[in-house]
Amino acid sequence: MKPFTYERAASPAEAAAAAARMPGAKFIAGGTNLLDLMKLQIEAPAHLIDVNGLALDRIEPTPEGGLRVGALVRNTDLAADERIRRDYGVLSRALLAGASGQLRNKATTAGNLLQRTRCPYFYDTDQPCNKRQPGSGCAAIGGFSRQLAVIGHSEACIATHPSDMAVAMRALDAAVETVKPDGTARSIPIAEFHRLPGDTPQIETVLEQGELITAVVLPPPSGGRHFYRKVRDRASYAFALVSVAAVVQRDGTGRVALGGVAHKPWRVEAAEAELPRGASPAMQAILADARPTRENAFKVTLAERALSAVLAEARG
Amino acid sequence: MKFDTPATTNPIDRMKVVGQPIDRIDGRLKTTGQAPYAYEQNDAVRDPAYGYVIGAAIAKGRITGMDLRAARAAPGVLAIVTAENAGPLGKGDMNTARLLGGPEVDHYHQAIAVVVAETFEQARDAAQRVRVDYAPAGGAFDLAAARDTAKEVDQSASSVGDFEGAFAAAAVQLDATYTTPDQSHAMMEPHASIAAWQGDRLVVWTSNQMINWSAGDLAKTLKLPKEKVRLISPFIGGGFGGKLFLRSDAVMAALGSRAAKRPVKVALQRPLMMNNTTHRPATIQRIRIGAAPDGRIGAIAHESWSGDLPGGGPETAVDQTRLLYAGANRLTQLRLAVLDLPEGNAMRAPGEAPGLMALEIAMDEMAEKLGMDPVQFRIVNDTQVDPNDPDRPFSQRQLVKCLQLGAERFGWDQRNPRPGQSRQGRWLTGMGMASAFRNNLVMKSAARLRLDSRGEVTVETDMTDIGTGSYTIIAQTAAEMMGVPIDKVTVRLGDSSFPVSAGSGGQWGANSSTAGVYAACMKLREAVARKLGFNSADAVFAEGQVRSGNRGATLAEAAGPDGIVVEDILEYGDLSKRFQQSTFGAHFVEVAVDAATGEARVRRMLAVCAAGRILNPKTARSQVIGAMTMGVGAALMEELALDKRRGFFVNHDLAGYEVPVHADIPHQEVIFLDEADPISSPMKAKGVGELGLCGVGAAIANAIHNATGVRVRDYPITLDKYLDRLPEAV
Repeated sequence: MKPFTYERAASPAEAAAAAARMPGAKFIAGGTNLLDLMKLQIEAPAHLIDVNGLALDRIEPTPEGGLRVGALVRNTDLAADERIRRDYGVLSRALLAGASGQLRNKATTAGNLLQRTRCPYFYDTDQPCNKRQPGSGCAAIGGFSRQLAVIGHSEACIATHPSDMAVAMRALDAAVETVKPDGTARSIPIAEFHRLPGDTPQIETVLEQGELITAVVLPPPSGGRHFYRKVRDRASYAFALVSVAAVVQRDGTGRVALGGVAHKPWRVEAAEAELPRGASPAMQAILADARPTRENAFKVTLAERALSAVLAEARG
Repeated sequence: MKFDTPATTNPIDRMKVVGQPIDRIDGRLKTTGQAPYAYEQNDAVRDPAYGYVIGAAIAKGRITGMDLRAARAAPGVLAIVTAENAGPLGKGDMNTARLLGGPEVDHYHQAIAVVVAETFEQARDAAQRVRVDYAPAGGAFDLAAARDTAKEVDQSASSVGDFEGAFAAAAVQLDATYTTPDQSHAMMEPHASIAAWQGDRLVVWTSNQMINWSAGDLAKTLKLPKEKVRLISPFIGGGFGGKLFLRSDAVMAALGSRAAKRPVKVALQRPLMMNNTTHRPATIQRIRIGAAPDGRIGAIAHESWSGDLPGGGPETAVDQTRLLYAGANRLTQLRLAVLDLPEGNAMRAPGEAPGLMALEIAMDEMAEKLGMDPVQFRIVNDTQVDPNDPDRPFSQRQLVKCLQLGAERFGWDQRNPRPGQSRQGRWLTGMGMASAFRNNLVMKSAARLRLDSRGEVTVETDMTDIGTGSYTIIAQTAAEMMGVPIDKVTVRLGDSSFPVSAGSGGQWGANSSTAGVYAACMKLREAVARKLGFNSADAVFAEGQVRSGNRGATLAEAAGPDGIVVEDILEYGDLSKRFQQSTFGAHFVEVAVDAATGEARVRRMLAVCAAGRILNPKTARSQVIGAMTMGVGAALMEELALDKRRGFFVNHDLAGYEVPVHADIPHQEVIFLDEADPISSPMKAKGVGELGLCGVGAAIANAIHNATGVRVRDYPITLDKYLDRLPEAV
């Protein structure tokens, strides 16, 4: 771990300004991912700006009838919130499917969105990785790829996004609220928040240098039945092979987002018109452009079967 | 004491302390954080420095340059040791590859340097500043590709009768190939050591299962006389065979300490462990079984291929097949390929664990072909003698009873023999079973006893407690033998200055180490009787007293102000040649498989074990349920994922190498048959800690087949291997 300097931010705008001012600065909240990566020197920030003291830990109603979830709301608290459990069940279930109780107690809403990939080659600093060291190559392509992306990947990177929470938020059409170093705020639709790897897999979101997430806004409840089906090799404490976040209405229409298949939560809105006709046509449309490896081709089948199970449960 | 005739009645048979479910005597220390593990021996040395190990970034080749300048200049750095400046080093007997590599690199993450600094963080920071240039060389990394280059392992072939002829003539035949993956011990406590030089003497606090082997190998590696090296390892946070041998943590700590002229602590970093240390090697196993329509096996063959570094050894996956079932015509054979992977070696139940993962699926497949119940098929093929030498009986063999009792207790009659027929909601359910078998090894073991003026007994032996309960069963043995309450016994373990014990490995530790204590206790009893002028043959030791006829004295009086110290060793004659000593069991498992996603989850498990006298049913049960848990891992998730291009295990941390979590482990039940084996030792006990693992994987595989109708012969049985073969959803 490289030596770094540290400060506690006084306000979101000051935090953003400080991050823009200090080269190599990073925000730290729960630290559940960043500290691990710093120990391995995969992340080597010169300066840490602790945002834990900012009053961003509340869940409040919005005038539109939705909820504004503060960036620092812990995963445990978000999952347990009565309004979330009642109106956004997919989100609560996704959160509880992730990590462990101890990690969820620390992990924050914003930090969860910004988790870095769990690709094992990213974690091994003796291996080339374009995400960790741009231009060094990708050891994962052609290597052990069972858990890696089947769609949206590039010649430079085959990593997946590890979050469960973000998949549910993608299905819910959440929006990410930020403050920039100049003090201006903006709202980024979650669909646009995460990027595909392309030639620059080290750039994972559209956030600008210093830009700080302040909240995630959930639109008014959509009704319907909420599902989060996470498929994994062991019963708990494992990243998804494939996960399905779905909100299904009585008439069979709905929304579906997938985890474990791409560099970001994967949703194809146009494909959702197929949902009333069943999982097979819907998943064919959602994963139409899939280019799996020999080792992870099963994910395409698995996604369809998991969606099929979700739709069956929704009907039943 | 020589043990060369079967045990007769002895003081252990009283079973007042031995055989009782006594809580671990070290439990309070452990649960209150007062049991110091190797890295936590903070009272042992003053002002230790910290070592951080650098592993090779290539699988095979040569280091062409190491730039240490930036690291040397980093804050707090005291020393950097590499092969270039370490001085001449030898190699231990038990490790295949050198524990400090360079300039030649033998495997990925082989230690090539240790950076020593004032703090751990400084050592880590400096290590990350070391620049190493390599000239990589090609290597062989893929067992399947190297299979045809594998050589027959000397003396591994065993042949009885005419296997080929009998198999060809058999009415019902099976010829199937199974694979098991590379596995990691993945114990909680990493390999860790603190080394301190006292002049030309070296003391190492470490985490090691076999003190005597490792003290010897450390001396050899450092080219020191063995008596100059002391190893201390009182508490061990899991080993599973990964700590049987000297490993790089101890060597790096010793070299780092010599260079820094300070005590040095080294814990192998978790991401280094899977490639730096040993692993259970992958196997390819071909099994052929021929049987008559009535189920009697007439021909059985088991061949296994595995790989290891040049000079390494095979995974002995065929051993149980020589002994487990009857059959007049038999063939077993091991073949070993040279692979440039990290070093393969023992992991819990080496040989039998992967061997039974294959054999016991094959038995299930045969039962299905024969239209027989799998339990019945095994019972029909029981043998009470070594099938290779019918004049050589098993000392005890209650496999049939294990199978019958297990079937009854588990509700095996509720199993639908037609696979893929039982469904509960979204789950396909099924039951599977397997025989458990593991040989009972005995090893000579010594102990020293001190009876003090308070009448209390102290036992010293270099035996280790790797979480198994050695402290407790040794205390129980001494208490039983000397007729004192267990709280009058102090047990001191894991120090190379104590008499050499059997150590912890191969499930021989419990029986062998307590037998050594038994021998020393017999000697102490004689010494006490002699001192009191009693006839030792009729002296009765009970309740802290010694009585002979109408005379009596307390142990404290017998000890006198100076106390009595004795030492003895229990050595074995040829009983294990005359009798085949093995442990037996039966595993029964119920699984549920998600009909849509294929996720397989274990619902309940039962093990019935026949393993001689159970010295402590509580610690033995803990051993067996832990082993069953490991079997769930082996069946469903554990695999060191190999990058066949780059020659290393990719998932080299506990996030990537999945072992079962609590949610994977359902109700577990363990039954021990009431057994005592006088052939085994004066304790009449055997090993059980590995038996609990043997067969579990296959029982789960067979249950998945029963649930789904899909047969997977390639471990671990992950859903991607059968998803497209699941029954159509209703």
